[in-house]
Amino acid sequence: MSLLLASPELELVFSALLLTLVAGLVVALLAARSVLTCILLMSAFSLTMALWLMTMDAPDVAFTEASVGAGVSTMILLGAALSSTDVIPSLRPGRLWFPAVACLAAFIGMALIVPDLPVFGDPGSPPSAYVGRLYLEQTPHDIGAPNVVTAVLASYRGFDTLGETTVIFAAGVGVLLLLGGQVRSPDAAPEDVSLRASAGSPVLSVAARLLIPIICLYAFYVLAHGEFGAGGGFQAGVILAAALILHALVFGVRETMKALPVGVVRACAALGVLGYAAVGFLAILNGGRFLDYDALLSPVFEAGLPSSHLAGGHHHWGQRIGILAIETGVMLAVASTMTAIFYAFTGRVSRSDAAGAS
Amino acid sequence: MAEAIGWIGAVLVIAAVGLSIAGAVGVLRFPDVYTRIHAASITDTGAASLMTLGLLLMAGFSPAAIKLCIVWVFIMLTSPAAAHALAGAAFGSGHRPVLADPRQPSEDEA
Repeated sequence: MSLLLASPELELVFSALLLTLVAGLVVALLAARSVLTCILLMSAFSLTMALWLMTMDAPDVAFTEASVGAGVSTMILLGAALSSTDVIPSLRPGRLWFPAVACLAAFIGMALIVPDLPVFGDPGSPPSAYVGRLYLEQTPHDIGAPNVVTAVLASYRGFDTLGETTVIFAAGVGVLLLLGGQVRSPDAAPEDVSLRASAGSPVLSVAARLLIPIICLYAFYVLAHGEFGAGGGFQAGVILAAALILHALVFGVRETMKALPVGVVRACAALGVLGYAAVGFLAILNGGRFLDYDALLSPVFEAGLPSSHLAGGHHHWGQRIGILAIETGVMLAVASTMTAIFYAFTGRVSRSDAAGAS
Repeated sequence: MAEAIGWIGAVLVIAAVGLSIAGAVGVLRFPDVYTRIHAASITDTGAASLMTLGLLLMAGFSPAAIKLCIVWVFIMLTSPAAAHALAGAAFGSGHRPVLADPRQPSEDEA
């Protein structure tokens, strides 16, 4: 049921054509040797993916892909390539009237569409009428979590969130691979005094000693609070990583690496994603579907538990435990990825230092 | 009586807003890093304390008052330490105060 194409056969043909184009673009990207060609091919790749996502009835993802993938990323990459003159020595800015007219036309077109958008909060608008209303009505019965956002994020669309967590992990791995030349043992870390804000100041070390445990505790509060209000694994992970980075700033990155070794941090980043996925497989082992938290607890065991105070006492313990488990996995993955990236940046040994040491 | 205490609280909050504005103007107008840190610290500690005290008087004896006290303790722990770290980092990276007397040269010129 596509927004664009009426018949399913036509949609299949269109989809196949677009995916063939995507495959061709990837092959061309692998073969291309010029930086400028690569950037333009990646932009074309993103635009084709955006078109394909439109045929899949996912206009929100298509918009994101078109604006971030094809638009902003291309601009940043082009700017970086143009500012390094040895990559593209002979590229001069051409006439600007055509892009200016195209931008103006697109702006006028969008401005003409705006009056047709539903009024903010309109109960009859498509986002409020169909899926949104369904979630609001069904969540107390299905999930029992007071915070519908968390119910959608962690339970209804838990598979999406697993993908997002994996994206964060993959981004961290990408940064580590790009930076390269990192230290693994604390003694090899450069003791850069300018990185340390305190430099032996008792004021900062006392304040940090008091604050770091409180920040960690607050991270776990935010993690557990996600079911009831604002909060969740992503936010908790960022707060936990902030506590670790504060420790590194005040006591030096060597001390932080001694307390929390590089290998442990990297393993925890993978463990967070693995733990999330393991909850899904546990549900399969218990006879449910992937990430179906209702199957986490056996009915006999759940009958022995006190009925959930949240709503109705209808099989909500599995949901609550499942949501908390996957949020913990998200927190572990986010905090570890951020800390690993921080370690990678601060613990980098410059080439001359490495040559001098070896 | 309770209403009068509420009004005192409101006056304290307005005084805190005045201090915040003074601090913001100082951050923009003062000549060097250290005087600017000084202006920002006034907002961080003085204005925040006055604001908390005013809100405490307006809230009365309630759970919100306990939360306000915790927030105040937290601000008094973090803000001065942050200002201290900022000043230390500025001095460590070679910034020297701008001195008023032209006959007394600063270390940059020496």
